[in-house]
Parts: sequence; C-alpha cells; structure tokens
Amino acid sequence: MSNQSTNSAGQVHHLRRMATVWVIVSIIGDVLFSIFVAPHVPPGRLTETAAKDQTDFNILFEMALPVLFGVWIYLSYALYFWGDKRNPNPAFSGDAARTNMKTQVSWMVVTTVTVLFLAGFGTWALIVDHGSGGGQGPNPAFAPAGGLKAETAALLGKATWAPGSNNVLPIQVIGQQWKFTYRYPTFGGFESSQLILPADTTVAFNVTSLDVIHSFWAYQLGVKADANPQVNDVAYTETKNPGSFIVRCSELCGIWHGSMFNNGSVESQAAFEQWATTTEAANAANTALLPAFAWTYVPSANGAGGSYYPTNDPFSAVETYGSKQPS
Amino acid sequence: MTISDERSTEVRGPVSGSPRGPQGPRKLSWTQRPGLLSQNLLTAIVLGVIGYLIGHWFGNYLSSGYDYIANSGQNNIANTLALCFGVVGWLGGIGALNYPVAKLFGHDGLVEDEPVDNWTKYFRYTLDHKVVGLQYVVGVLLFMFTGGLLAMAIRTELLNPTTHYFAPDVYIKIVSEHGTIMMMMATSIIVGPLGNYFVPLMIGSRRMAFPRIEALSFWIFTAGYMVIFSALPYGGFPTGWTGYAPLQTQAGPGMVSYLLGFAVIGIGMILAGFNQAVTIINYRAPGMTWSRVPVFVWSILATAALLTLATPVLFAGGLFGLLDKTVQTAFYVNEHGGNAYLWQNLFWFFGHPEVYIMALPGFGIAGELLPVFCRRPLFAYRVSSAGMIGVALLSFFVWQHHLFQSGINPDMRPLFMLTTELISIPTGFIYLVGMGTLYRAKIRFELPMLFVLALFFNFLIGGVTGVFLSDVPVNVTVHGGFFVLSHFHYTIMGGLLFAFMAGLYYWLPKMTGKMMNKKIGKVHFWLMFVFFNLTFFPMFIIGLLGQPRRVFTYATNLQGLNDFASISAFILGFSFLVFFYNLVYSMWIKPEVAPANPWESLGLEWQTATPIPAYNFERIPVIMTDPYRYSEEGAPAYADFGTKDAPGSSTPTMA
Ligand code: HEM
Ligand SMILES: [Cu+2]
Ligand SMILES: [Cu+2]
Repeated sequence: MSNQSTNSAGQVHHLRRMATVWVIVSIIGDVLFSIFVAPHVPPGRLTETAAKDQTDFNILFEMALPVLFGVWIYLSYALYFWGDKRNPNPAFSGDAARTNMKTQVSWMVVTTVTVLFLAGFGTWALIVDHGSGGGQGPNPAFAPAGGLKAETAALLGKATWAPGSNNVLPIQVIGQQWKFTYRYPTFGGFESSQLILPADTTVAFNVTSLDVIHSFWAYQLGVKADANPQVNDVAYTETKNPGSFIVRCSELCGIWHGSMFNNGSVESQAAFEQWATTTEAANAANTALLPAFAWTYVPSANGAGGSYYPTNDPFSAVETYGSKQPS
Repeated sequence: MTISDERSTEVRGPVSGSPRGPQGPRKLSWTQRPGLLSQNLLTAIVLGVIGYLIGHWFGNYLSSGYDYIANSGQNNIANTLALCFGVVGWLGGIGALNYPVAKLFGHDGLVEDEPVDNWTKYFRYTLDHKVVGLQYVVGVLLFMFTGGLLAMAIRTELLNPTTHYFAPDVYIKIVSEHGTIMMMMATSIIVGPLGNYFVPLMIGSRRMAFPRIEALSFWIFTAGYMVIFSALPYGGFPTGWTGYAPLQTQAGPGMVSYLLGFAVIGIGMILAGFNQAVTIINYRAPGMTWSRVPVFVWSILATAALLTLATPVLFAGGLFGLLDKTVQTAFYVNEHGGNAYLWQNLFWFFGHPEVYIMALPGFGIAGELLPVFCRRPLFAYRVSSAGMIGVALLSFFVWQHHLFQSGINPDMRPLFMLTTELISIPTGFIYLVGMGTLYRAKIRFELPMLFVLALFFNFLIGGVTGVFLSDVPVNVTVHGGFFVLSHFHYTIMGGLLFAFMAGLYYWLPKMTGKMMNKKIGKVHFWLMFVFFNLTFFPMFIIGLLGQPRRVFTYATNLQGLNDFASISAFILGFSFLVFFYNLVYSMWIKPEVAPANPWESLGLEWQTATPIPAYNFERIPVIMTDPYRYSEEGAPAYADFGTKDAPGSSTPTMA
C-alpha cells in the first residue's frame, strides 16, 4: 500500500514502521507459542497419527499468527494514526489512492504462494506421510505397510496378531444408536464394548454402522471416521505408549448422540493379548450367535434403530472391501 | 414499457406511484381497497389456515390406511399436503396469485399496480421495492429474534454437564431449529431488506425488474418461516440443520417441515436472486458501466448468481427427501438401492455456495461503507469485484470439504483441500481492498464504521480458522466439534450480522427519515462486539479440547469454559435487546429527523428526496464517473440529474 512516489518523506515510513513491529511481534509470538503451547495442543501424542496431526496444527498456527498480527497491527496503526481527529493531513485521494499495481500484485503473489504451499503440504501429509488418521472409505488412499494385506486376511478369517509380530491389527468399530462396539477378527471375531489396543502397533479401524451415520472419534488417537451404514470406512493409526483415550460420537445420530461416548485404552502388548484371549473365551457363546464377520451388516437385521423399512431385505447391496486389495 | 423507456430522463409527474408510469388514478378493485375486507395479512392468515386444514384432511383421506407413523399419530402425507396447501393459501390470501390467475383467464384488466399509499401497504402484497425492503427488515429481525431465543436455550442447557434443563429430544430439537432458522434467515438478511431497497436506488433505477416476483419472494420467505416453525408442534427434527439421511429417513413428522421449509425458502431464494441479477444487469442508469457499479451492487450480483445456481440443488434434494418420507421412494435409502451419501453431496453442493451467500453481501457493505467513512476512494475497486466473482465461482468446487472424514472418496480429498484453500485468495482480495482503503484515510468513527471494522476483525478469525479446517490432518481433530461451530459463527455472525447492523445504522436514516440514537448505538456495538468474541472464542478451545457439536453433555473439565461462553452469550443476547430498544427509541419514542445526507455519501441512494418518492428519481440520473471519488479536488459529480438542485445532490466531496 505504499506509494512512495507521491508521498512526502515523512509518510513513506508508515509501512516500514508497521513491518518492523510486525516482524518482532510475529517472532515473539511464534517462539512463545512453540515453547509453551505447541506441545500441549490436541490431540496430543499418544499415537503416531495424533502426533503428526498435532505437528500439522502447530505449523498452521505458526503461519497463521503472523497473518493475524499483520492485520491487527495494520488495523491498530490505521485506527490510531488515521482517525479524522488525529490525522492532520487531508485524506489520500485521486488515482494514486485508487490503485497501486505494486501492492496489488505483491499481495496476490504472497497469498497465492502461501495457499499453494499449504495445499501441497497437506497433500503430502495425507498421502505420503501419515494419512492423517481420518476415515478413508473402503479404498484407502494411504495405507501403512501391510495394512491392506491384514484387511484381506481379516475378512477371510486368517488375520493373526501376536506380541512382537508387527502385524497390522484390524479392528471393526460398529456404531449404532447409541453406542459403539468393537469386533476383533484376529481373535475369533468377538464383540466387545471395550476398545483395548496394544502399544506399538499399527491398527486398522474398520468403521461401519447399523443404522444412521455416526462418527468414530478416538480423540487422543487422532482418529476420526464416519460410521455409515453399509460402508466400511477405514482409518489407520499407529499406537505408541500405553495410555487411555476417550471415544466420542461426532456425527449427530439422534437424541442420545450426546451420551454416545466411552473410554478406551492402549495397553502393553502382553496385557492386550491377555485381555483379548480371555475375552474371546468368555464371549465364545455370544460370538457364536453373531453374524459372521463382514465389513458391513444389513442395518435392520439386528433390529437396531430405524426399522422404517422391512427387516432382512434379501436384495441388500453388500459392500465389499475395496478394489485395491491384493488378490 | 421497455427498458429504454425506463431509462429515459424525461421528467415524470409525481402523481404516479406506479412502476408502470403515469396512467392516472385507477379504480381500485376490492382486493386493493383500504380496510379489512381487502387482501392483506389477515386474509393471508385465514386462507393459510384453511389451506392447511384442507390439505391435512385430504392427506388423511388419501393415506390414512398406511402412512401413520408408529407411536406418533401423525401422517407424513397429511402433514406434507397440509403445509403445501397452507403455503398456497397464504400466498393466495395475500394476493400473490391474483395476477397469474387473472392472466390465466385473460383478465389483464383485473390487475392493479397502484399501491394504496398509507400504512396498510406494509401488510399487503405491495410491489414497491422500498416497501418490500422494509417488510424484509421486519421479517428478518423476527427470524433473528426467534433464532436468538433458541440460542439462549442452547447456552442454558450447556451451563452444566450433568444438570439438564431440557430432555435430550427437546434439546436436539432446539439446536436443529436454531441452526435451520438462522441459516434460512441469513440467506436473505442483506439481499432481502437492503438489496431490495437499495439496489434500484444505487443503480439509478425506478424499480426492480420484476416487482411481482420481488413481492412474491418476500411472502414466500415468510411462508418458509412458518413452515420451518411448524416442526416444533410436530415434534421437531433431530438432524441439525444439515438433515443427514438416514437419520432424516428415520425421523418423525417434524422432518417434513424441515424438508419442505427448505424447499419453500429455496423457491423464494431462487426468485429473489434471479430478480436481482436481471435488475442489476438491465436497469443500470445510463453511464453506469461495470466499472462504475457500486461494490455493494457487485456483491449482490455475485450473491444472486449463487442464489439462482445453487439453490435448485437444495430444492431437488429436499424434494427427494420428501418423496422418501411420503411415497416411499429410496433416494437416500441404501438398502433399497439409494445412497445416503447422495443427500450429503446434494446438501453441501448447495451448502457451500450458501455460506458465501452469507458472506458476499457483508463484503459488499464493508466495501460500500469504507470510502464514505474514510473520506477517500475505495482502494483497488476492480480487485474487489474480481474477488467477489472469484469467491462465487470457486464456491461451487469445494463442497466435499465437509465430507473429509465421511469415507466418501478419499482420493478427492487433496483436490477439495486445494480448492478450499484457493478460495482464501479471492477472499484475501477483500482484505486488500479493506486495508488499502484505510491507508492514510481520515476515518470517521461513526456507528456503521465501527461495525465494518468489527467485521474485518471477526472475519479474519473466521477465515484463518477455515484454513485450519480445510487441512485434512487438522480436520481430523476439529471436524464435527465446537471448533467448526465457532468458525462458522465467526464468519456468519461476526461477518454477515455485523455487516447487516452496519447497513441498518447506515441506511435506516434514509429508509425512515430518522437517525438511530448514537449513544445507545455505541452501547449496542460494544456489547455486541466484545461479547460476541467472548462467547465464541472460548468455543474454539472447547472444540479443540474434544467437545463434539450438538451434545447436551460434555466432559466435566470443560464446564468452566462452557459457563464462560454461556454467560457471555446471555450478554450478547442482551445486546440485541439494546438494539431493539434503540430501534423503538429512535423511531417512535424520541425520533430525531435525519439530515438529507447524514454521512456525506456520494452514493446515488442519498441523492433522492426523503421520503423517497415511489418512482425514486424524478429524472433518471446519468452516471458521469467512477464511484467513491471522495476528497478529490475537481472530481466531477458522480451523477448528473439534469437539474441544478436535485434533492441531496449538493453533497460535499471534500472532507
Ligand atoms: C446470540 C447469538 C448466538 C449464539 C449464542 C449461538 C449459539 C450456538 C450454539 C451454542 C450452537 C451449537 C449447538 C451445538 O452444536 O451443540 C449453535 C449452532 C448453530 N448456530 Fe448459533 N448462535 C448464535 C447465533 C447464530 C447466528 C446469527 C447464526 C447464523 C446466521 C447461527 C447459526 C447456527 C448454526 C447453523 C448452528 C448449527 C446447528 C446445527 O448443528 O445443525 N447462530 N449456535
Ligand atoms: Cu452420534
Ligand atoms: Cu463448505
């Protein structure tokens, strides 16, 4: 916005003054943020995806702060110095006040470069780096090593996991009005209302629903995936240390949506195996009554919710696991 | 009458109030005569109720054998037909159907254009754009007031995570109704009142292109308000304003009101947008080239494009939903070959342009008011209109950013992330224009200016957090939570609503001839600005800390922040009472006559007589130069009125 040619010497420095303050304030702001706030930013660092989502948030915030400061400093400066009471000069006018190519073009270049950088960075994070922990539907764009193989194996009932095996652990999340339950295909497909995960393990959540849309939000894990009926929405994460986390439904699913939450925990691998095998045995009788493990289930077959349409429709479309699976 | 007649500069006799020109006094038909027996609000209510009852009976007659909803005693078909017939009765009662029906039977002569020029014209189907504008002001304020009361109820419930003031089904009803009412209101809050009133004045036209359509759009808007409100007696709807299927399919009869409400409001939006676009394109005064059009008019044009192009998708989506609920089609029912994602796609394909329908007019007001209160020309005029067109275009290509975690299409996420972030470039143009216009200005801190400055402050936070939301990895944490909630309140309320207030304080003196009280106005402004931020800023943190939207309970450690937001919200609500008090005080209790041009604006709308004659301009002005040449020595007048002393035209341009 400087128009040096038409300004008198004293006025040329408006922007320079602002810029000086801006650089100082931005640096201080970013440093303070990085030291005091950044490490505590949600969702924390319980898993690899959570940690990386946190890093992305912090990078965005460190870029946003200078933008906010820039506008705020400019606004304060303008309101202070260019109010009609304080400003002794006549208002800037004429052609010079109406356009200034240099300012306009540099503004556009700066915003465009910033925006393209952000989009590129986000895309890289999403596809190459960590896949963000978000729901990716039945055909994930990003899958960790061994992820797709474990998924296929789970459907065939052949997936295995043991402490130290480094296998991806598939877990099914089933949303229904108004609770989440979890099936463990590597342990005979038992269903539990507790979500227990082993530490240091890549987990593939297969999220689906029996009635309306829910959203599986494991807050500290950095995982969020909508639970759609008849859709298998896959989200990956990689647990690190033991710890506990909360699961909340984050898509409105009816009147008790607000109370659709429970707690889960990441346990040591041995403790997890202990829990899983015990539960598998204890639940065996119930597991026998469950429908065979599948990516999706016909919603009303369980009598849950809905029941607007007749149950057990023989012509139900069955969602199959994606085309990207190895044969 | 052709457009070229319309633009002629020949003097019109002030006898005629008709947009069709002077034809001498006409005999009034019974529909238009003063008094209770003509067509007015009362007949609209009566016919609306009768239509409702007939529709309800008819629906039950048709379908009582099979369409009762379990445990509710309600019948979707009966409710749908009741509301449809009610809307038609309402429109017929107000007189909106006289002309088309008369035309249908070849009775052109039956139709009257002459408004009855007394206060009753505000309660009638009046074609004068200035009357419609004022009707809209009252309409949107009513909408806003009801929506605001519901917001207070929401914040009351969230005072405590364990003690509940409402049952969960009541609470979800309140949230859904609040969101839907506010969104419907926001589509029209500026285009309706200020657009209808001021666009013709600002482009030097005597009328809107289609006065009947303009009046129709207002009465449809009011009908839509009643339809969406009818959800409450029907038991409400549990889906929030987004109405996702299958919850939509599962929901009770209140859902019909939501779907039909959006369809009805949608028709009004399409008509209003279409009318604005045609008016702006065809009715500009001679000399008003595209580079001389006021930025407010540009913003309404861009908004009109969105209204006409995006709303039909919502209409279709709502219609599919209604069919699913009444005649058991399966557009959104997965088990029967439909797809619940279809609704999400249709809804957001409309929904995202919709959010710019709620942003652009605000930018327009900001751009329009800044030069007046900065006493200098608008900086980078072309960039501002390019920005608005750019935003409008791009807004059609971003809708799946609402569906990043839905599993709908993972490969498309980078694309939608890119397009979404690209929108911040043209949005940034608006900031370039705003900040550039402040440069070395002589800022007058009048009330409208304060609201404009607040808009730039609030929208910045709304916009920056929007970039966070568009980044998929960050979206994982913030999607579906209070962070989003705060983001869109910052843009809609912090942007659009502040702009609306700026516009009201700025233009009410022209509309009513009375100044708004400045002292009370300052109290209103500071309360609203401070407590708006204190209400919604904590919600960003609440969202980051893990509170999902639309919940009646939350983690106990978030109670402090929630209580802080609630108490601030109550004071924010109170600030609206201050505004209403100011309105009553300044208009009726202690009116202060407004000067002809209180803000010393160069705008055409200020150069008409007060009160504005029904034909707006005695002579159609000829536009001589660019708008906003404030403080410029020797600048020619913006418009030539063909007379030396056009009322109000002696505006000083020098500060
Ligand atoms: C006094 C001012 C307002 C307050 C205190 C307020 C408060 C709230 C709160 C707390 C919610 C969230 C409920 C939840 O998700 O748990 C909400 C939702 C919402 N509000 Fe407001 N609001 C206000 C004004 C507005 C305005 C002016 C608009 C738009 C023009 C608006 C549009 C919405 C929408 C669209 C929702 C989402 C509803 C849904 O989830 O479907 N609000 N509001
Ligand atoms: Cu839910
Ligand atoms: Cu959007």
